[in-house]
Amino acid sequence: MASPKPKTPEGYAAVTREVTAIPLDFPQTRAWRLWFAAALALLASYIVSAWVLFVRGVGVWGNNIPDNWGIAISNYIWWIGIGHAGTLISAMLLLMQQHWRNSLNRFAEAMTLFAVVCGGLYPILHLGRPWRFYWIAPYPSTMRVWPQFQSPLTWDFFAVLTYLTVSLVFWYVGAIPDFASTRDRAKSRPAQVFYGLLALGWRGAGRHWARWRQAYRLCAAIAVPLVISVHSEISLLFAAGPIPGWTSTVFPPYFVLGAAFSGFAVVSMLATSLRRAFGLYDLVTPRHLDMLGRLTLASGMMTAYGYVADTFNALYSGEPQELETLHDRLFGPYAWCYWGAVVLNFAPLQLMWRGDLRRRPVVLFLVGLSVTVGMWLERYMLLFSSLFRDYLVSSWRNYRPSVWEWSLFAGSIGLFLTLFLLFIRLLPMISAFEIKEAGFEEKTEAAHG
Amino acid sequence: MAERAVFALVAEFNDAETLLDAVRRAREAGYTRFEAFSPFPIEGLKEALGFSEPWVPLATLLGGIAGAAIGFLMQVYTSLDYPIDIEGRPTVAPQAFMLITFELMVLGAVLTGVIVMLLRCGLPRLSHPLFDVPTFHLASLNRFFLVIETADPRFTGGTRRFLKGLGAVRVDAAPAPEGAA
Repeated sequence: MASPKPKTPEGYAAVTREVTAIPLDFPQTRAWRLWFAAALALLASYIVSAWVLFVRGVGVWGNNIPDNWGIAISNYIWWIGIGHAGTLISAMLLLMQQHWRNSLNRFAEAMTLFAVVCGGLYPILHLGRPWRFYWIAPYPSTMRVWPQFQSPLTWDFFAVLTYLTVSLVFWYVGAIPDFASTRDRAKSRPAQVFYGLLALGWRGAGRHWARWRQAYRLCAAIAVPLVISVHSEISLLFAAGPIPGWTSTVFPPYFVLGAAFSGFAVVSMLATSLRRAFGLYDLVTPRHLDMLGRLTLASGMMTAYGYVADTFNALYSGEPQELETLHDRLFGPYAWCYWGAVVLNFAPLQLMWRGDLRRRPVVLFLVGLSVTVGMWLERYMLLFSSLFRDYLVSSWRNYRPSVWEWSLFAGSIGLFLTLFLLFIRLLPMISAFEIKEAGFEEKTEAAHG
Repeated sequence: MAERAVFALVAEFNDAETLLDAVRRAREAGYTRFEAFSPFPIEGLKEALGFSEPWVPLATLLGGIAGAAIGFLMQVYTSLDYPIDIEGRPTVAPQAFMLITFELMVLGAVLTGVIVMLLRCGLPRLSHPLFDVPTFHLASLNRFFLVIETADPRFTGGTRRFLKGLGAVRVDAAPAPEGAA
């Protein structure tokens, strides 16, 4: 159960060859094509659903007063939340010098990027007039109206835009040295040009490494509070309004932890799948699975505490509206998603207390899947159990997503899969140079006691 | 074809420790235009090269301050330019403005830091004389290189022997790019 620790020149070469051979000489062409065809089919569903939405308007969706948001917004929160784990694995564990992160960070960051793309498109599609989404940006227009910056909706625009940009920059800067080693291993001219352009002419010069390290570590140090700010901000979309079940100060940490929880679950699923598909058993070792299991368990138990705190707040407040919302959640028409979330999130999770089960890829994958679905139900529950009965009894209305909302959701999974499959086909998905660096540092530490 | 001018001597080493030692000794010998190349960042190489540049952290700090200032002042200005009275709440509400201020601080800091990092490194630069050295591609795999440019004032005919003496397994000459002086 040792993590990969190349300590010799042969070891260094083996790691780089193993990682760069995947994009350069792709081993799983047939399986990849099948998956890619499926992903493209789902992506087609996305495009068709968005087209229908644009042509016929938001009326094709099931959301209406008082449920304005629909699953468009609950999916948005779910996707962005999944993204957060990539940044946390990458940035937080880099700063804490947890070398085992090096086998996971590249594809976890790619996951972040694609999840944020899938999430970020949702609010735009959700606008009644999506072609005017730029109205939320402060630009000097002839109407002489500015965005209202006291509204969390404008915060959202800046938070997601910043998060997308910073995730992209952090991921790209961290990958430049591996683009260079892929360029140097490439045999065909198009591959050399492609990776050469991506590598920006990186040569591995000592002074470049020194500046690169300064920039990379600073980005990481800034990315950790950024993650927390982004999902806190998203929770303020809820908590800043006077809606029963939402207006609570526990929401920002509750959302951030739930986001990390769902993200670690998806990283676990990706890690076990990629490991098996590409035989990366010496790079993604049982120790990595063990650590992913622990992270999922820890963030999961903190999320469970959020459930308890949320319920306690409602009971303690004594507000009739709060109590009624709590009652609706536990026993009302949306009880299925409340209890579904509780069971799927926290029941299989308890298997993760056992080390031997954490190290079994199948178990870890299934727990990850269960949590991913459970967290989707949680976002769904939080939205609709609060909205479907507002203060005016005359506007009470149950919400059901329409076919077009479901097809758009399936399509957004297709968008994610398409991007992720292209990533593993074309780019080095594991950070080879950081694994070599960790191996060298461990050797030096051993030599100096 | 005439003999091409030499851009630099490229010494290849088997491991990082020898490279670190070689860099220290090249610096002690008074060379100034030299550079080490490695497949991964090496702890201690920065000190051995005598690298102490404040630019990247400084740019990150200044970018962050500028981003925060722009973010905050943008919100103050737009609120004053088009005031909306919401139940008598303050037009300029710093508490509500902090989130965008923070986000733009992050954006400013990260973008400035990374751009300055690339500029100081002279990247992107897709063509470099060192890429013409046949073994240099190993610098991204498992070999370590010390390069002393011929433009170094200390560069003499003895530099090749000096590099050999540092434990290099081979020393190559990198030809200067054609058309260059």
